[in-house]
Amino acid sequence: MAAFPRKWLAVLIALAVVIPLLHPVLPDLVSNYRLFLVSTMIIASIAVLGLNLLTGFNGQISLGHSAFYAVGAYTAAILMDKLDCPYYLTLPAAAVMSFIVGYLFGLPALRLEGHYLALATFALALAVPQILKYKWLEDLTGGVQGIVLMKPEVPFGLPLTDDQWLYYYCLIVMLILYWAAANILGSRSGRAMMAIRDYHIAASTMGINTSLYKTVTFGISAAYTGIAGALSASAVAFVAPDSFSFFLSIKFLIGLVVGGVGSLTGSVIGGIFYVLVDNSAQALSTFVKNDLGLQFDLSAYTVFGILLIVLMYLMPMGIAGGLFAVIRRLRRS
Amino acid sequence: MKTSRRTFIGGVSAAAMVSSSNIAFAQKKYDVGATDTEIKIGNTNPYSGPASSYGAIGKTIDAYWKSVNAAGGINGRKVNFITYDDGYSPPKTVEMVRKLVEEDKVLCTFNTLGTPCNTAIHKYMNQKKVPQLYVATGASKWGDPKHFPWTMGFQPDYHTEAVIYAKHILANVKDAKIGVLSQNDDFGKDYFSGLQEGLGKEASRIIKHVTYEVTDPTVDSQVIQLKDSGANVFFNISAPKQAAQAIRKAADIGWKPAHYLVNVSVSVAAVMKPAGFENSQGILTAFYLKDATDKQWENDAEMKVWREWMDKWMPGANKGDANHVFGYAASSLMHETLKKCGDTLTRENLMKQAASFQKFRLPMLLPGILVNTSPTDFFPIQAVRLARFKGESWDLFGEVMHSESA
Repeated sequence: MAAFPRKWLAVLIALAVVIPLLHPVLPDLVSNYRLFLVSTMIIASIAVLGLNLLTGFNGQISLGHSAFYAVGAYTAAILMDKLDCPYYLTLPAAAVMSFIVGYLFGLPALRLEGHYLALATFALALAVPQILKYKWLEDLTGGVQGIVLMKPEVPFGLPLTDDQWLYYYCLIVMLILYWAAANILGSRSGRAMMAIRDYHIAASTMGINTSLYKTVTFGISAAYTGIAGALSASAVAFVAPDSFSFFLSIKFLIGLVVGGVGSLTGSVIGGIFYVLVDNSAQALSTFVKNDLGLQFDLSAYTVFGILLIVLMYLMPMGIAGGLFAVIRRLRRS
Repeated sequence: MKTSRRTFIGGVSAAAMVSSSNIAFAQKKYDVGATDTEIKIGNTNPYSGPASSYGAIGKTIDAYWKSVNAAGGINGRKVNFITYDDGYSPPKTVEMVRKLVEEDKVLCTFNTLGTPCNTAIHKYMNQKKVPQLYVATGASKWGDPKHFPWTMGFQPDYHTEAVIYAKHILANVKDAKIGVLSQNDDFGKDYFSGLQEGLGKEASRIIKHVTYEVTDPTVDSQVIQLKDSGANVFFNISAPKQAAQAIRKAADIGWKPAHYLVNVSVSVAAVMKPAGFENSQGILTAFYLKDATDKQWENDAEMKVWREWMDKWMPGANKGDANHVFGYAASSLMHETLKKCGDTLTRENLMKQAASFQKFRLPMLLPGILVNTSPTDFFPIQAVRLARFKGESWDLFGEVMHSESA
């Protein structure tokens, strides 16, 4: 996959840093709500990146990433709620916790390939919300009632609104995580991960410790998604088992496939896509019914589904893949 | 007398002006979300996902406001009802409610559905001082005006209902040994804690407590366990599907306890009929709304109005679905609240009006049940009537029971 040109990357980051500062000048255009929405997009793109490391770069399919997301979110929530831990310290804790869970789950997953692995992770996604409700854990997790949290406060008396700060907080975490991911993938370990994806037997013949790489990749992938979960706990200021249903895993997978499997840029696009479409699908379906006057009672998910099919047909490599293909074609002509 | 005539007149006229301008202000006063022509109300409902059957409530409410607007609106203003799908996922509710408050700029939210979903926005709404009115959940935490003055419940809470059953058990069942079946979530827990509280010192009468998950295909093994425990009271805290299964299973294995079934699962069409009328005789429950499938309301005036309304505004909808009655009754209360606000459509006045209902008769509530609220009482409906299943319908008996007296 073609790398994103450095020049453009710098421009994008600069824009991402500067635009939210316009909030006092253009309160309607750069509203707190929109900043919050962009923060959820950033969080989603980190989770999708986590899944991408596993599926896109290591070739292991997971339907269980909502479980790691929940582990991260609950680790953060319990630390804040029970131990009064400051919110920024919950991220490393959530990462470690999710890594351990992911690594341990990676061990039995070694014996499973393809569809079988998908099913095993599916079971994990179904089990975690139930485990969170379990009697013995109830004192810790708050059971079905969940845990209500405080929103992150603006530090050092900076003249920012809560949502502006949340945005920057998420942005900083995302930039660090993407930088780390790009470095891992460009290194020896990254090449080993991709070699395993491309040809398992050849990779082990070359002397790559495939079981070690696969389990560690599982752990790192879980840690990324766990960090996203911890961020979401801070952003929403509430965690409950209902927030981490199996459907969340599917959403990550949709973000991954639509954005672009095996592409860092694709993960960002995937995260943005799923928040955006999830929110506008309903608006679109009412638009079709009321404004176009068509008598179809399309549910939001029907619209979502149609959009997905069209996208997959037009851009089988995901949005990132499609964009790069267009750019390449333009350059050639 | 030093006050000259001129200053006196000046003073009086100034005072008159001030007071008249006050009246002018008082006549029309708006917060965000209300204008001369429109009142914006926000709502979230699960139209998709595992709890999507509740989406019928949102659809009924939407139809209700359409019918109000067609009849000229409220005090000349049209109601702009904006409802979003949250799929019963709390993070999504937060996102959608922030959109409603900050982008769509609604005056208030109304009947947002689900305990976890409302918990997620509870603090936010109260920080922003936006009314979160008549939430669609039976948890007991919505009536806490001291800490959350902008949030108000609607239906009798589960906890109160269970307390009433507990009192009834103690008064009527000799040497009660209680077996409890409950759904493993907030709904089950709220009822169970109410039962324990109602039993008080006699809480040891609960000799067996089994739970099921919403996703369990049957509750057969749980019912068998309860029978084997030797219980003579069956306290059944289950959702409609599981309630029907439990009633049938208990009859199949020849277990005949005093059976208390929670109000959530009392639909004749959805529970009693599938369970078998012969198996359902004598089951006890508590009611606050009229059941549209219940034959005793066939010629009831309110029921007739409701049926006509359903035919006109929700053609094709299943009238046996109690969610339609619920949505209709809740909307009627909101309608009345907005009407009472008159031209002072501020958020503060809205809460004030919501907290000042006195013996208000809401359509589709059972005869004898009235809406009462006050600045310290944020539970609009707190009374229920006990009923026993007889033949093919529920037979109401006894007095209206209030939670205060319970």
